[in-house]
Amino acid sequence: MMGEVLKKAGYNVEYVQADYIAQFAGLKTGDLHVAMEIWETTGRDAMDEATATGRVENLGETGMMAIEEWWYPAYMKERCPGLPNWEALNDCAEEFATPETDPNGRYLGGPVTWGGFDDERAEALELDFEVVHAGTDAALFAELESAYQRQAPILLWVYAPHWAPIKYEGEWIEFPEYTADCYNDPSWGVNPDMAYDCGKPRGPIWKVSWAGVKDKWPGAHSAIQAFRVSNDEMGAMVAAVDLEGKDLDAVVAEWLANNEDTWKGWIGQ
Amino acid sequence: MSRLEQLGLSRNAMLWLLLFVVTFVLAQVSKDLAKEMDARWLMKVPRDLRIPMRGDISDFMSWLVESASFGLFTFTELTRSISWLIEQPYDFVRALVIEGFVRGQGNEAVQVLPSLSWLAVAFVVAAMGHYAGSWRLAIFVGLCFLYLAVFGQWDSAMVTLSSILIAVPFGVVGGLLLGIAGYRWPWFDRLMTPVLDLMQTVPIFAYLVPILFLFGFGPVSALIATVIYAMPPMVRVTTLALHNVPSEIREFGKMVGCTRRQMTWRVLVPSALPSLMVGVNQVIMLSLNMVIIASMIGAGGLGYDVLTSLRRLDIGAGLEAGVAIVVLAIALDRLSQAFANRPPPEHSERQLNALQRHPWLVTCLAVVLGTGLVGLLLPAVQQYPAGAEITTGAFWENLVRYINVNFFDQLEAVKTFMLVNFMVPVKRFLLGLPWPWVLLLITFAGWQLGGIRLALLCCALTLFILVNGLWAKAMTTVYLCGVSVIIACIIGIPIGILAAENDRANRIVQAFIDTLQTLPSFVYLIPVVMLFRVGDFSAMIAVVLYALAPAVRYAAHGIRSIDPQLIEAGIVSGCTRRQLLLRIKLPLALPEIMLGINQTIMLALSMLVITALVGTRDLGQEVYIALTKADTGRGIVAGVSVACIAIIADRLIAAAALRKKRRLGLA
Repeated sequence: MMGEVLKKAGYNVEYVQADYIAQFAGLKTGDLHVAMEIWETTGRDAMDEATATGRVENLGETGMMAIEEWWYPAYMKERCPGLPNWEALNDCAEEFATPETDPNGRYLGGPVTWGGFDDERAEALELDFEVVHAGTDAALFAELESAYQRQAPILLWVYAPHWAPIKYEGEWIEFPEYTADCYNDPSWGVNPDMAYDCGKPRGPIWKVSWAGVKDKWPGAHSAIQAFRVSNDEMGAMVAAVDLEGKDLDAVVAEWLANNEDTWKGWIGQ
Repeated sequence: MSRLEQLGLSRNAMLWLLLFVVTFVLAQVSKDLAKEMDARWLMKVPRDLRIPMRGDISDFMSWLVESASFGLFTFTELTRSISWLIEQPYDFVRALVIEGFVRGQGNEAVQVLPSLSWLAVAFVVAAMGHYAGSWRLAIFVGLCFLYLAVFGQWDSAMVTLSSILIAVPFGVVGGLLLGIAGYRWPWFDRLMTPVLDLMQTVPIFAYLVPILFLFGFGPVSALIATVIYAMPPMVRVTTLALHNVPSEIREFGKMVGCTRRQMTWRVLVPSALPSLMVGVNQVIMLSLNMVIIASMIGAGGLGYDVLTSLRRLDIGAGLEAGVAIVVLAIALDRLSQAFANRPPPEHSERQLNALQRHPWLVTCLAVVLGTGLVGLLLPAVQQYPAGAEITTGAFWENLVRYINVNFFDQLEAVKTFMLVNFMVPVKRFLLGLPWPWVLLLITFAGWQLGGIRLALLCCALTLFILVNGLWAKAMTTVYLCGVSVIIACIIGIPIGILAAENDRANRIVQAFIDTLQTLPSFVYLIPVVMLFRVGDFSAMIAVVLYALAPAVRYAAHGIRSIDPQLIEAGIVSGCTRRQLLLRIKLPLALPEIMLGINQTIMLALSMLVITALVGTRDLGQEVYIALTKADTGRGIVAGVSVACIAIIADRLIAAAALRKKRRLGLA
């Protein structure tokens, strides 16, 4: 979307697929210039490390808020009435069990590279759940799709903005709310001896760029800095592309047509 | 004479039996024993023994990227200029087949020249089919490309095709030069052999990060990774083919007074051409295998379509893009094979004009120009009309849903049975072994099968894994790979035997395994996860599907290449069909089957890295984590560990097969 706006402003834009964390390597050397989506929740450490080198610049928030949490489909509420409170999880651990994890429940976490401290969380909150890590987001949602088709129990890591919480009906588990202390200070929270006895942090999604962008393309730099979209707008667009199978370019063009004033403001016209 | 020998066991077999029993007992008791004796170092490699190579490699890499210099220019500048050089022809081909030539900035960009129309591209490949082979081939190749257009894969397929068109010449020329160098200087050959082994066995994910650092993000890095992966067979084939040129031809070259250069390029290379084309064919196929991985670092094309469709669980679209890769691969494979087998051109005395000499070239030019001009007026000629595209996506989606809803419980039962009775015990067994014993056992096996040099090699490679602290992950790798190979052999070898005995079965089996090998594994990985959940079992199924092909192929080949006189002799002495198979064919085909198992192991190992995408905890995962964290050292150390396992298995099995062959009097 940003790319199309920049094109309207007369820039050439080349889209490159890059791995989430590996992209920082490219941003540092200037091979990649802009990354529009760095999540507070998973990319923060890598981003801080990169900005500290002085070769990557943080261009501010995108306006979207990232949510990541344990998630269950709505039909599980009938089988486990105490949800979404996390304390109810232990009562229905067996509902969520599979032959491999029995009698413990099974929680499908994200790829190990996403971090998220789910193993620690399960231990700190004394949840009777075994944390199984999916290898990729594709595997993660493949399991969700499969379980949803069969209306089978499943508890997994879901994040927003994403098409999954739009397509499937469900809720986040309500853990004790995240604070920085909870992660750093073992004495905080329910479990006095361990950290991570709370939910996951929620936070803004950032934009970052190669530090050279400012001098090389000042116009683009300020335009990207001005870029803002809300969760709802983004969610609707993601759903249109991924769920309704609309063409990505068409969806972006539609947004551009409907919000001309917004993006004209970004590029200063 | 002991009892056992009376039972018909040779001394050698007894030794192995004894070793196995000891190993088995150790696997059961050593964990408790180690606890009892307070000797945890037996199970876990002590920290003092570890040499953290990964830090050093990472440091070296950042030095290379940031400060290495040749005085006039830095190392990074050198690699960047190489990638610039590769980018030029790539951009040109891409513009030619798909994007058109553009000038200008942003939205004001104007197309100077349109790309080739889809009709023109399809016509040109069909013409090549006729030129190299026959009308049948021309129609077949044309239909393949028509499929791409009808199923709406055209644009992506052309992006993929253009990267193949660039990667293959680089791979072929590079491989040819290295191969010739290896032929000319034996020391260079000896130097290259281990390097080639590593290039073929280190998973691509492991060296993607350094390539990204050096050559930048984007299609060029993907191209370079593809070339590294696809080149080794070309080098090997070249050296072998040159050695196999009949000495008469070489003598003849000497007689007419060739210089060294003339000898190489005018005599040796042309006469080795048919064998060299086999290498070219391999390079094309391997390049297509890389399509998915290349698309992870920005190559785009069909691989990218497969990835994105599966990420949004659009199984149908993913499958169609995957099949498009298969179709492209088959078309290119048949074309290059036809070029390899083309009879030499006939020399005619008659003077011909340009049209008569190059009928196809002229027609192709005419078609290209014609469709280009008509395309300006009629868009359907330039670009296949979107309205006429068809898709079977919904069908596949519903099929998986149907199986999932109706048969999940049965599948789950099978899976649990396999896990409990087979996979988990094997895992326990392997992870329960103390490492010094395994080290000893591997070294001993090397010594028994191939002498002291093999023993030293095996010992050194095992030590590499040990000192890098990857023991547990390596054993998990061995477990997953071992289990998959066993199952692949149980399924594959009987199919191979069937294919060897029955011609019709053979054709069906061939088509089936060709498809399995070129279909990107990601396509079936996601449905497998839907049906079997994340975990070892799903990974195993994916590995078995991928590694099945060589088990089938080598078994069939082994049985077919038995000397028919031996079979005659069996029939004359009154064997039943069953006896013929069990007593004569199978034992004689055994060395060949062992080589097939060897290849199965290699493929299984290369696939393990991809199964990390569904969440395994082995070396593949280690490589994958390193990739996502851009940790060069970690990736390379884990990748080389995978290569170590592969090389140990390869050398041991090859040595065993050789011994067997000698004993059967075949070698």
